[in-house]
Amino acid sequence: MTLELKRIIEAMLFAAERPLSVQEMRTLFAEATDEEQPATVEAFRHVREAQIATALEELKLEWETQPRAFQLIEVAGGWRLVSRSEYAPWLKKLLDEARPHRLSQPALETLSIIALRQPISRADIAAIRGVEVDGVIKTLLERDLITVVGRNEKVPGKPLLYGTTQRFLEHFGLRSLDDMPKADELRQQAAALRTAEEQTVRSQEPSAEPGKTYEGKTQNPTPTD
Amino acid sequence: MESDYKVKLEVFEGPLDLLLYLIKKEEVDIYDIPIERITNQYMEYLSLMQLLNLEVAGEFLVMAATLMYIKSRMLLPADQQVTDTEADEGEDPRWELIRQLIEYKKFKETALQLARREAEQANLFPRAGDSGLPVDRKQAPLAEVSIFELIAAFHEVLKKAGAREDFREIYEERFTVSDKIEEILYSLRDRTEIRFGELFAESASRAEVVVTFLALLELIRLKRLRVRQPEPFGEIYVIKVP
Repeated sequence: MTLELKRIIEAMLFAAERPLSVQEMRTLFAEATDEEQPATVEAFRHVREAQIATALEELKLEWETQPRAFQLIEVAGGWRLVSRSEYAPWLKKLLDEARPHRLSQPALETLSIIALRQPISRADIAAIRGVEVDGVIKTLLERDLITVVGRNEKVPGKPLLYGTTQRFLEHFGLRSLDDMPKADELRQQAAALRTAEEQTVRSQEPSAEPGKTYEGKTQNPTPTD
Repeated sequence: MESDYKVKLEVFEGPLDLLLYLIKKEEVDIYDIPIERITNQYMEYLSLMQLLNLEVAGEFLVMAATLMYIKSRMLLPADQQVTDTEADEGEDPRWELIRQLIEYKKFKETALQLARREAEQANLFPRAGDSGLPVDRKQAPLAEVSIFELIAAFHEVLKKAGAREDFREIYEERFTVSDKIEEILYSLRDRTEIRFGELFAESASRAEVVVTFLALLELIRLKRLRVRQPEPFGEIYVIKVP
């Protein structure tokens, strides 16, 4: 009996309770042992990641073109089997009570900030939102959407720094943080602001002419010389 | 007598939300906010909130002061601008606020798109169901040590803290259970277990010991941590639930 690589992967995806990455699947092939069919297991021992990736693409296409109730999606750095959205009405009835509630607007805003500016302290999040965020942070921690990733040692009080989790990516169906809406724009803005601040500090000498202009609608606070 | 209960205003969670709303309603350019008009509107809204006996958070009042300050600076001729620091010189007094509003607005838009993704995602059901918690965590036993043993250990720590207090300066510090929860989790970030006593090593006061203990109980309740005691009446260990 010969087994097809694609079908073994199908079985893995079927049994997995979380997204499986290509690397994880390769490890499964490399480390599997079996007394009943040792030769077959051995035959797949050295499967390469590229072969797994190809098989995944084939499976994805197969399930898209056949009349199936499920599909293969790429999420949180891995692959996962999920039902197609048109079957949601019945599955919701079946499972929804166990599902956590949707997130509130403040929670979504706070998550957006953390996702794009991590690692970030509570104070910095509060500065962006203009309101205190303690309650929201607590909820997000409890739901395992964010986690403490360290402390800012440079600031008095060494505040805790937060970042998003794997669970966050899964919850929103994101492949990675680069998948975040406006990811580039909002990250670049942070970088640009930091540079601007550094330059301001450096150019605090008499260079600026007092009260040169204030009607300019410039987005850039650098004084024009 | 007026009723004591206050409604929390959900629509405008903070002053920035209110400002963005006013900017949209007045159809003005966010890069060129007519500060006097917006300030007046903002103040009107604040008094309305107070009139309706809505809870006005402190942040709204801070923003009111900021708006007034910007307004007063805008009234000065350009060559008489008073600035806080030299770095401010030549800068539009509105700039800092505008920058903040634009940044916040972008994050609000991102949040909106996340909400959309969340809704889409809620229609896709993974194979093993989805309760929001990893399966192994749900099955973790509550605690392998009885609550009485925990309380006994806590009592020991508390006694030591009481003795320690005499030699220390007492700081006016407030500890919250949620802060302590994070601290405990953080101290377990790259190891799987910690001795019970170590959790309190940095606690300076009885109050802090009590709050730390409450945090520990909460974490056990949430099944994030377990406790075990290898020998009867011996050392208690706190273990992270994977």
